[in-house]
This record gives sequence, C-alpha cells and structure tokens, in this order.
Amino acid sequence: MTKALPSVSRPATPGFATFDEPVHSLLIDGDGEPDYGAIQTSEDFLDLKRRVKRFILPATLLFLAWYVTFVLLSAYAADFMSTPLFGTVNVGLTMGFLQIVTTIIITMAYARYSKRKLDPQVDKVRALAETDEELA
Amino acid sequence: MTGANTAINLSVFGIFVLLTLYIVYRASTRNVSASDYYAAGSSFTGTQNGIALSGDFLSAASFLGISGAIAVNGYDGFMYSIGWVVAWLIGLMLISERLRNTGRFTMGDVMAFRMRQRPVRAAAANATLVISLFYMIAQMAGAGGLMALLLDVHSKIGQSIIIAVVGIVMVLYVLVGGMKGTTWVQIIKAVLLILSVSLLTIFLIGKFGFDFSSMLDRASQQSPLGEAVLAPGVKYGASDLSKIDFISLALALVLGTASLPHVLMRFYTVPNAREARKSVVWATWMMAIFYSCTLVIGFGAMALVGTDKITGAPGGENSAAPLLAFQVGGTVLLGIVCAVAFATILAVVAGLTLTASASFAHDVYANVIKHGEADPRDEVRVARITAVCVGVLAIVGGIAANGQNVAFLVALAFALAASANLPTLLYSLFWKRFNTRGTLWSIYGGLVSCVLLIVFSPAISGSKSSVFPDADFAFFPLSNPGIVSIPLSFLAGFLGTVLGEEKADAAKQAEMEVRGLTGLGSGLR
Repeated sequence: MTKALPSVSRPATPGFATFDEPVHSLLIDGDGEPDYGAIQTSEDFLDLKRRVKRFILPATLLFLAWYVTFVLLSAYAADFMSTPLFGTVNVGLTMGFLQIVTTIIITMAYARYSKRKLDPQVDKVRALAETDEELA
Repeated sequence: MTGANTAINLSVFGIFVLLTLYIVYRASTRNVSASDYYAAGSSFTGTQNGIALSGDFLSAASFLGISGAIAVNGYDGFMYSIGWVVAWLIGLMLISERLRNTGRFTMGDVMAFRMRQRPVRAAAANATLVISLFYMIAQMAGAGGLMALLLDVHSKIGQSIIIAVVGIVMVLYVLVGGMKGTTWVQIIKAVLLILSVSLLTIFLIGKFGFDFSSMLDRASQQSPLGEAVLAPGVKYGASDLSKIDFISLALALVLGTASLPHVLMRFYTVPNAREARKSVVWATWMMAIFYSCTLVIGFGAMALVGTDKITGAPGGENSAAPLLAFQVGGTVLLGIVCAVAFATILAVVAGLTLTASASFAHDVYANVIKHGEADPRDEVRVARITAVCVGVLAIVGGIAANGQNVAFLVALAFALAASANLPTLLYSLFWKRFNTRGTLWSIYGGLVSCVLLIVFSPAISGSKSSVFPDADFAFFPLSNPGIVSIPLSFLAGFLGTVLGEEKADAAKQAEMEVRGLTGLGSGLR
C-alpha cells in the first residue's frame, strides 16, 4: 500500500556513500525499502513465525474445540447439561460460564506470550531492515 | 409507562445527544485528511480503542435482545452471549495485529494487498456495504420498536419520525466528527452501558442474597416452562433440524464477530499492532463482564418480572431489561436504561455509517474509479456524501423494516460476515498460494450463497414470524445459513485458487507476510 510500483530488489546504494561506509548488512533494496524476500527467508523471521505458530495454532484449535464441544453437548446431550451442580446451577450453565473464563485466560496468556516471546523477536526482525527514515 | 416517565426518558436521552454532539464538535479538526476521517489519524491508545470497540460491538441486539432472549428462553438465549465472547479470540490471535500492519483504512486494503486491486477492492466494498446496511437497518428498525415501548409512541408516523431523528443525529456525528468524534461517542456509550449493566447486576444479585442459585430457582418458578428453562433445548431442541439451526447460529456468532467490517475498521485507529492487540484485550474483558451481567439480568427479569409479562409487553422480548429496570428502580432507572439503549443504537449506527462510507470512498471511488490516484480531499468529500446517502438509505430501510422481526437481520449480518469476510481474510493472511480468483470466489461465494439461502429460508417466508408470512418459497429449512455458506466460502476460495491460472504474486506475498507480522514497511512504530 505504500507505493504502486513493485519494489525491485537491488543492492543497497546509499545516497551519501563514502569509501569508509561500514558494510552494513541491512536487508533493504535500492530504494531503502525493506527487502521482503530476503527477510522472509532470514533465520530471525523464520524463528518469529515458529514462535507465533507455537502459540496461536494450539490455542485456536483448543478454544474452537472447546466451544464446539459445548455447542454439540447443548444440542445433543441436553440431559447431561441439565444435571444440577450447585443448587439449581446445572452443568450447562457452568460450562457456559467457563467458556467466558477460558476466553479471558487465553487472552491474557496470549498477551503475556506476545510481550515476552513475540515482541522482542519482532524488534529483532525490524532491526534487519530499519533505516533512519523509517523512524521518522 | 406514563407521561412523566416519557419526559424523563426524553430528557436523559436529549442530554446524551447534546453532550456527545458537543464532544464530537470539540474533537473534530478542520481540514481533515483522509487518515483523520477514516482512522482518527491512528491517534487512539489501545485502551481507548478497546473500550470503543466494545461500544461499536455492543448493539441494542446485545443489550435488549440478549437479556430478553435469556428472560424468555433461558439457556438457549445464553448461547448468544457465549458465542460473542469466545469470538474475540479469533480477532485477538488471528486478525487484529496483522490487519493493523497491512492495511490503512478498510478491509479492502488487506484483501487486495497482494491481489489485483480493482476487482478485489470492488468485491470487498460490496461485502462491506451489504453487511453494514443489513446490520444498520436492523438497528434502526429496533429503534422504532423501542420507541413504542419506552416513549409510549405507538403511531407508525411517530416511530418513523424518531427513526429519522436517530438517522440524522448519527449522520451528524459522522460528518462533524469523522472517526475521532465517532470513537469518542463509542467510548462514552460503552462506559455508560457497562456501568449501568454492572450496577443493575450487583443490585439484582444482592436482592437474592448474592445467591445465583436461588435466583435461578425463583426464575424457573416464574417461567411457564419451569425447570426446563435452565436447560438447553427450549428454543432449539424441538427437532433434529432445529438442533442443526442452533449449531449454525453458534458458528455464525463465533466466526462472524471478528470479521464485521465496522469492528475491523476500528483496528486502524491505533498507531501500531501492539496497541491493536491491547485493544482486543480490553474489549474482551468488557465483553466478558457485559455478557456475564446479561445472564444475571436475563434470569433476574425472568424471576422478578415474569416471562408472561415480558412476552405480553409491547416490544416483546426486547422489553425485558427496561421492564426489570422499572420494577427495581422505578421511572428514574427506567429512564436511564432507556437512554443507554438509545445511545447504544445511535453509536452503533454511526460506526456502521462511517465504515460503509469509508469503504465506498476508499475502495470504490479512490481505487476502482480513480485507479488509486484520487485527490485525498476528494476522497474525504466522497466519503461524506456517501455517509449522507447511507444515512438516508438506513432511515428509509429502518422505517420499512419497522415492526418486523429484527433478530434475523442481525443474525444475517453475522452469517454474511462469517461467510464473505472471514475465509477471505484468513486465506490472504495465512495461505501463500491464495490468488485473485480465489479471493473473488470466496467473497462472492460466501456473500451470494448466504444472501440466497436467507431469501429462501423460513426467516423470509413460510412461517408466522417471517417477513412475508403469506408467501411460501422457503425451500431451505434453516433460518441461519452459516453452517452451509461458511464452509462453501472456504471451499470456493480454495477451488478458485487451485483452478486459477495466475500464480500468487510471490514478492507481494513476502511483503504481506513480513509486514503483517512485524509492521515493517507500514510506517508504523
């Protein structure tokens, strides 16, 4: 969305190159845009992807399975769901409330995981290509 | 519901409208840029936006509809609450951060990121406009029905005038305030709504000695269904078909929420992905609190007001919460609850209007008609004109749909969002090979199949509660099409991709994946 032209990957040619320009392995193309193809295959990015997958894949499957179980039990095991647990509060209502509780637990777990495992890795990947103009 | 009562309702509501209009006016900036108008310059914090998200999402259907559904159907009404809370996990983990990183103003930005721009943007705008209009007409029609109950306005003309007033105020919010003003309206409304709902809940449960079990006990005594109302099956347990309908509804609720266009657009009002994540965390907490409260309010209404009285009142199920408020707090509490309900409708339709106008101006006008080279000033001007047109359409549609069964319109919007948007978004974010044809097939496949199935469902014809009770062309037996149209859209997206000759743009895919996860290249910090 940043520009209409497809970014062609060229070796970085800094505008104010001098002979003592440090050999900086920034993954950017000739226009100073990040070289996405190179970043995509970089070890840091692959690691970020692994970390993301490690959390969201099991968590998503878990909560969907738990929700579908609840829905199916409500539809096809009404007798079981209406077994009283605490006074008049039955299994179904308890399970429904637990859906809300697990949602909160997964939400907070994801927020914590992101902060500890994802955000630092995102910063690492961004450092691969971040130029000073980007910071402006 | 007496005259004095009407005066209180009107004055509380009037104060809300004046106050919010003032705030919207103060928040507005002159000479707005496109980014100001669509995304409030991305200047809100995650916390603010999280509260606004819940404001955008908690419609009259949630507040009046859910507590009423629980008060009448007990357990089966509670299902809505759960679906709408759990759904935010999809928004949190799969959508919000990637959307913020890859798009600027609309859902079309993300869907068209690595595809051919014009057809995909046109498709995304079509989906946005259809979903928003359906959702909005349901809200407007609900406003008319509410008036009958709350303000004692029973004539069709009186209700139509009120629908028009709601429409005009909402267009004013959008025109004057753009996204910034609208966001502040959402924040005020969400805080009011959650506060009043929590206080009502604490008060109710206190009335039963903080013993939820004894409240349920009393509730089941007051229901003609007895103990059965606490168990599943009251509404959906009659036959195998109704059970499938129940599962279909449950799917639409959980998959539709995070792909509603006006919810998606909210993620652009924050500066970066981390704030977008924080918004969803806040919104999830607000939802969890709100929907837990609806459980108490619903059963509380059943226990204190009684199911028969609720179903017999003008407005039917929707009157549960106001009747309960009147029962426990007299006219003052009723006035407050009514005002909050109005505020809710007003804020939600304003959010929808903004989304629809943004989608038309940004996707259709700027990118399809002007090939991405529109003057930003013109774009905002087009968005404003569109907002007025959408407002007029919503007023007309709302007046036409007034008095009809509005629940199906809301459920339709969710099913539509889950069918047209979710598969497309997930594929384009997570599936490398996904291409333009796949995108078009999944958007239109989901949208068209969902609309057609609704048209031929018992919600439209063939039963007493249908829109056209006298006609019968309902050959599709379910009133919610999600269970068919959602998988169909996934399948269409898959087939379109596999059968399409063109390969996915690998460079763009790399850009989207890197940018989606890290924000690199988006200019976001």
